[in-house]
Amino acid sequence: MLELKNVSFKVNEDGQDREIIGNITLKVPDGRLVVITGPNGGGKSTLARLIAGIAKPDSGSILLDDEDITDMSITERAKRGIAFAFQQPVRFKGIQVFDLIRLATGRDISMTDACQYLASVGLCARDYIDREVNSSLSGGELKRIEIATVLARGSKLSIFDEPEAGIDLWSFSNLIDVFEGMRRNIKGGSIIIISHQERILSIADEIIVIKNGAVADQGPKDKILPSLTGTADAVPECRMSGVRTGDDKC
Amino acid sequence: MLELDEIQKRLLAEVADLHKVPEGAYNIRSNGGSVGRASTENIEIIPREDGQGLTVRIKAGTKNESVHIPVVMTKSGIKETVYNDFYIGEDADVTIVAGCGIDNCGTQDSQHDGIHRFFVEKGAKVKYVEKHYGSGNGAGKRILNPGTEVYQKEDSRVEMEMVQIKGVDDTNRTTKAELAAGAALVVRERLMTHNDQNAVSTYVVEMNGEGASADVVSRSVARDNSYQKFDAKLVGNAACSGHTECDSIIMDKGRILAVPGLEANDVDAALVHEAAIGKIAGDQIIKLMTLGLSEAEAEEQIINGFLK
Repeated sequence: MLELKNVSFKVNEDGQDREIIGNITLKVPDGRLVVITGPNGGGKSTLARLIAGIAKPDSGSILLDDEDITDMSITERAKRGIAFAFQQPVRFKGIQVFDLIRLATGRDISMTDACQYLASVGLCARDYIDREVNSSLSGGELKRIEIATVLARGSKLSIFDEPEAGIDLWSFSNLIDVFEGMRRNIKGGSIIIISHQERILSIADEIIVIKNGAVADQGPKDKILPSLTGTADAVPECRMSGVRTGDDKC
Repeated sequence: MLELDEIQKRLLAEVADLHKVPEGAYNIRSNGGSVGRASTENIEIIPREDGQGLTVRIKAGTKNESVHIPVVMTKSGIKETVYNDFYIGEDADVTIVAGCGIDNCGTQDSQHDGIHRFFVEKGAKVKYVEKHYGSGNGAGKRILNPGTEVYQKEDSRVEMEMVQIKGVDDTNRTTKAELAAGAALVVRERLMTHNDQNAVSTYVVEMNGEGASADVVSRSVARDNSYQKFDAKLVGNAACSGHTECDSIIMDKGRILAVPGLEANDVDAALVHEAAIGKIAGDQIIKLMTLGLSEAEAEEQIINGFLK
């Protein structure tokens, strides 16, 4: 179980402190898929980065299975079972898709093993395994490879920061399949997805709404989702930015 | 293998991936003299009279054969200049593996200057691999100054892979090429410098015939207090295409000077250069740390990939 206790985070802009996360307390129990939504700039991505250790809170504490991980590095948290999929996947010159997946598993794996992770995010493994993770890959391809690295971690807690950002509609429906598959095999682990997408919200066990750096609402999907439907916090997929569906009815 | 000690064998493995006597034609030079040589029916290796180099003649039409000419130096204080000439016959298709490994545990500098000239006939294809490696804890420097000249006739193709990853203190590489119509030159240089090492690499490629093309790409990493200079000049004297690229990572107090140069003397010459120098991107390190690597391990993976 992941627990945040009174977590606050500030940034300094032009000599002025600005609070991004203000005294957030929340729990993500094992075996749950939790979707965090809320307006842009509300602090969702920062919250994910605080959990992964990419940013450190100014106050408060973060616990994973009752162990205080607040002062642990990114590496230590990864080793304890936190995996993180970046909103904007990083490009590497020279590092191949296979290398990245091999590093993610933390062991020497075969090409066949690596291909399975790619296949599960809808990529034809043969075409990608030798590719460099560089700008020759499209945004959607990178995003799926990013998600494959998180699958390959097989972590206790997997965090996805806006997985739908920058991908096409076809990839998006694939993505839903991936998350549904993860949900089915969740066992004792848990998944946090940061998303505005109605279809992702609809597969959640729990929804947390973050506004102005604080928890505005939280509860089971059936309780929270109806109040979000039709707002910017639960966008139908035909309104995904950059996607042209040819269908204006939604 | 031959009369080589363990250090010499290790150097041979580093520079030429050789763990036994190679198949095909070869000459192994150790501490200033040849210790093993073989010619084949199609590839003749003839020592120069002064002992300082070889003439390698590859018959026209020779296919899928290789020539290995590695050099190892394990004695401190040797300074040599070796001249190797390669004559590659029409339509031949061969791989030439050169390379030099220096182990210097002494206090005097060890220096190997290899001057290689390639005369490539019409339609011939050459893949040339040259690796440089230094080891040993002595105060004496390990110095390598390779000079390469390539003369390509019509429709020939030369691919050169030059690698220097470790242990060479001082290197001044010059590469000169002249390309006739339809000839293609592809160069992939990979370089990493440490400590107070110094590496200069200069290219002048002249494309003199219609349809000639050159692609010269360097990827390098400068660490510690090391210094690198990459100076690549492409000259288009006909309707041709040329591309040169220098892509570098700097770390610690490393310094790099990239001097891409293009000279178009024909209105149909299409020449492009790209150069980028910067430190490892922070988000690359963070991504690999989220996969469980330490910061140092992440850096190592990023550099390994970059120089792959």
